[in-house]
Amino acid sequence: MLFSPARTLERPRPRLSASVGRFVRHLGWRQAPVIFAVAVLVSLVVIAVTIPWWTPYDPIGLAGRRLQPPSAAHWLGTDALGRDVLVRTLYGARYSLPIAVSVLIVAVGIGVAVGALAGFLGGIVDNVLMRLADITLAFPPVLLAMAIAASLGPGLVNTALALIIVWWPIYARLMRAQVLNVKKLDHVDAAIVGGVKPGRLLVKHIMPLCWSPILVNMTMDVGQVILLAAGLSFIGLGAQPPTPEWGQMIAEGASNFYCWWIALGPGMAIFLVSLSSNFLGDALRDVSDPRGRQ
Amino acid sequence: MSLPLLDIRGLAVTIPTRDGERTAVSNVDFSVQRGEVVGLVGESGSGKSLSMLAVMGLLPRHFGISGSIRFDGEEICGASERRLRALRGKRIAMVFQDPMTALNPVKTIGTQIVEMVRLHNPGLSRRELRAKALSLLEAVAIPAPERRFDQYPHEFSGGMRQRVVIAIAIANDPDLLIADEPTTALDVTIQAQIVEIFARLREERGMAIVLITHDLGLVAGLADRMSVLYAGRVTERGPVEPLFATPRHPYTASLLAAVPSIDDVSERLHAIPGTPPSLADRPPGCPFEPRCGFAVSACRMSEPDLLRFDRSVVACHRAGELSLATLMQEPA
Repeated sequence: MLFSPARTLERPRPRLSASVGRFVRHLGWRQAPVIFAVAVLVSLVVIAVTIPWWTPYDPIGLAGRRLQPPSAAHWLGTDALGRDVLVRTLYGARYSLPIAVSVLIVAVGIGVAVGALAGFLGGIVDNVLMRLADITLAFPPVLLAMAIAASLGPGLVNTALALIIVWWPIYARLMRAQVLNVKKLDHVDAAIVGGVKPGRLLVKHIMPLCWSPILVNMTMDVGQVILLAAGLSFIGLGAQPPTPEWGQMIAEGASNFYCWWIALGPGMAIFLVSLSSNFLGDALRDVSDPRGRQ
Repeated sequence: MSLPLLDIRGLAVTIPTRDGERTAVSNVDFSVQRGEVVGLVGESGSGKSLSMLAVMGLLPRHFGISGSIRFDGEEICGASERRLRALRGKRIAMVFQDPMTALNPVKTIGTQIVEMVRLHNPGLSRRELRAKALSLLEAVAIPAPERRFDQYPHEFSGGMRQRVVIAIAIANDPDLLIADEPTTALDVTIQAQIVEIFARLREERGMAIVLITHDLGLVAGLADRMSVLYAGRVTERGPVEPLFATPRHPYTASLLAAVPSIDDVSERLHAIPGTPPSLADRPPGCPFEPRCGFAVSACRMSEPDLLRFDRSVVACHRAGELSLATLMQEPA
């Protein structure tokens, strides 16, 4: 669809509205994954917030006979201790989602600050900070997270700490690359020539142009963080029983392997959230990067 | 003559490369009086932008800069960042070549102008800032400034953006405006409007302007004096009119001849044969000698000094030979 020049001029905030318009104009099947992703994530958040008010069973209390296959009373069956798997899975969103979001927010905060300083100041600061990031990145992420979580002791907070330590270097690198690119643009020179001080230059003139890849990456990483957190819980380093955390639940399912339904609920939940966050990230990238669009 | 506003003496810029230092600008003298428009002309790579970036203190730290740059009597070559910051934007401002990239794409132009005003006038209220910004938009002839104030750079055409860039540059009534090829990225009708704005700035605000350009028409229309740079050296410098009428340096003459003229009925455009010497292999003699139609053996031996003729200064071994001046009217 073409719009007339007159209309473009009148739009008050066309950057945003143009992006939204482009988004909406994505046709049929192109839009489907995004709608799916948003629907899954929004309903999970709503469920996680409201579940105590409408759940028929206690997530850590007895709900029925143990190891029951799916039935009308227990849609996803019961586990080895007779707890309802569906209710526990839905309660799990109260642990996994906040962990993913808080880990990402802190990791991005650290990464962005480090990357921005390294890219902006260059020289020794750049070298020291980035070598630090390289050292962290040199370890396989799962192994490093395991080592940290193990040394800090099991528990959700320590898992989060371990994940933050594993994740910040990725954002530091991303931000540094962005800052290095934006720093070369003319408007930054123009600001220097206008007498803008370095701190303000970085925060007001360079960083506002650096966000879009960070945001895209964050969205995609939500799934990754949940996966790794679940992995740590699975091997016993994360949430401890009886917490209805997804990874932990799968671990319980693994010890009753013939009762396939115990691991099905949390497994599907992890799968859906990771998939949705990837869909959302893909869509965000398409919208923010005109070169990737067809 | 009173103390010049900007006085550059013996400026040299060297760029470190893997094969040693390369001299990009050497022994450049250049001065601007208050309220004067000076053209700085030369091909790409002749060092005109480098010299002006040196004035703004914008050259990368590892470049070697020597010589003296005095602004209003104060030495600013090698001055502290802090001192330079106080001058930048307030007393010296700069307009960049490409208006498409010189504005911050994620901020409204109003915000950008206000930022520049507030930076150097911290006491102003919100309303005063807005009023000042609107008056600046008016000064650069932007229609409907009230509406334009809250728009983003991508809603402006190239010419309009260049006006905004100029509005930002003149936000604090600088004494000196350095315009780095301000019209190169614009089409011809827009160029004329920008030229008009520069002319008015000089007239109404007494602003001195350095015009970095390879557009001789722009220099002819606007500048009082001009310097021609070639391979990082001044080849000829003087008042614009005599320089256009009787150039004394073969390079200046070739530049003038290379401008296509509407009266010229010959079939070919006059190009200068060859290319400027690269930084790596400077000839020992006159840098223009390999491309010069008037070169003699002396030109290959030594670099010519700047010699004064009438009101202009020329770096050519044969500048004294009157026949040369007439010969150049009809280039070979």
